Amino acid sequence: MLHDALLMAGKDLRIERGSRVVLGQILPFGALVLILFGLAISPDLTVLGTDRRSVLAQVSPGLFWMAVLFSALQALNRSFAVEAADGNLDGLKMAGLDPAGIFLGKAGTVTAQLLVLEILLGAGAFLIYGAPLDSVILLVVTVLFATTSITSAGTLYAALGSGLRVRDTLVPLLVLPVLAPVLLAATLATDAAVFGPAGDGWSWALLLAVFALLYVGIGMLAFGPIMEET
Amino acid sequence: MNDTTSSRATRVLGIAALVSLAFSLSFGLIFSPPEVFQADSVRLMYIHLPSVAVAYSCFAVTLLGSIIYLRNGSTFWDLLAGAAGEIGVLFTAFLLISGSLWGKPTWGVYWQWDPRLTSTAVMFIMYIGYLVVRRLELPPDVRSRRAAVLGIVSFVNVIIVHYSVQWWRGLHQGQTIGIDTQLDGLMLFSLFLGLVSFLVVGSWLLVHRFRIAWLEHQLSAQGMERAIAERRAEGGFGLSGSGA
Repeated sequence: MLHDALLMAGKDLRIERGSRVVLGQILPFGALVLILFGLAISPDLTVLGTDRRSVLAQVSPGLFWMAVLFSALQALNRSFAVEAADGNLDGLKMAGLDPAGIFLGKAGTVTAQLLVLEILLGAGAFLIYGAPLDSVILLVVTVLFATTSITSAGTLYAALGSGLRVRDTLVPLLVLPVLAPVLLAATLATDAAVFGPAGDGWSWALLLAVFALLYVGIGMLAFGPIMEET
Repeated sequence: MNDTTSSRATRVLGIAALVSLAFSLSFGLIFSPPEVFQADSVRLMYIHLPSVAVAYSCFAVTLLGSIIYLRNGSTFWDLLAGAAGEIGVLFTAFLLISGSLWGKPTWGVYWQWDPRLTSTAVMFIMYIGYLVVRRLELPPDVRSRRAAVLGIVSFVNVIIVHYSVQWWRGLHQGQTIGIDTQLDGLMLFSLFLGLVSFLVVGSWLLVHRFRIAWLEHQLSAQGMERAIAERRAEGGFGLSGSGA
């Protein structure tokens, strides 16, 4: 199974190396979302009676994760768009790959891509929104588990929509409600990591770890029935 | 053959639904007293809580049907899961509407970031997604399998969303004014009547929705057989001599 996962991940990463869709299109898209949030919520807006940080800086953890979610949807769509042509999924099954391995490979690739994107977007968010940083460890743990949750749940639902003409509109409708708790936990944990005290964020980071384990488990179990005769 | 989806049993169920609704309405609106703190808005509870019961029962049926379908491919359970999903979404809509109507006099606003309200809204959209998948243009067995996976995973997600949202609000504010107000005997009875009548109405709707789905399924199967027979006839096997 792990061997199959590595095969899948290697294939997807080679396609990305050739096409540069994630780096060349999805990353700039994520950066654009961050900039547009800055325009939608004026950087000069401050709330009277609270600290002097701008509203934009205060809500930056949530905005960052929204930008990541939107980018993740694009990356997930891309991950299954490359399988749409010429009955590729059938080919993978005929090749005898373990469905759980295919799931892990696909989810792993998107995770790796999203992590790169988050590092760059996160650096951008700190620069353009002017947010500080309190606990690096909490931030790293949060990012790792939140990303794994997003990509494993996302890969499962993207597979449900694979091979459909309505895939582009269906997948966000299915994935986003499921990721609502992940967005919530990731935002609160990041908020604690950025503004402190970090102690408040650890319980949410732990919850994210539970989500990540759960969605990887569900994905590995459910991929078999979905892949069957698709 | 009759041309309706009713039978003697469902007619009895339908009459029971009407009668119990009439009782429930008269007790809920007339005979039961207003509450001390919430006054007349407490009457919304007599349809709100029963809607919760029907919605959750329906989603439980969807879960059960999906599990059984994935195990043995039974069309019956697949269609039942789909029918229950539809009725569940309908009653979740009632739930959201009655909840926000109750929120206006109680909280002063229609929408509050209350854990129950928030998680119910997310659940509502999640099951709309389930219904969308059931209508996808796919080979029937592929569609049913994807829907079944979704029917199971959605139920797990409802639990996750519910608890995480509750935990989130728990950190920020005290327990919201909920349903833990004092209920006297007549109010409890009205609530019980509401529960019974909604469950009967829900079952009645479910049976009919299932029968329609079953008929649709038969029709599409017959349509396929007829199409095959027509193609065969066109091929002619040299009997009609049309082209010869």
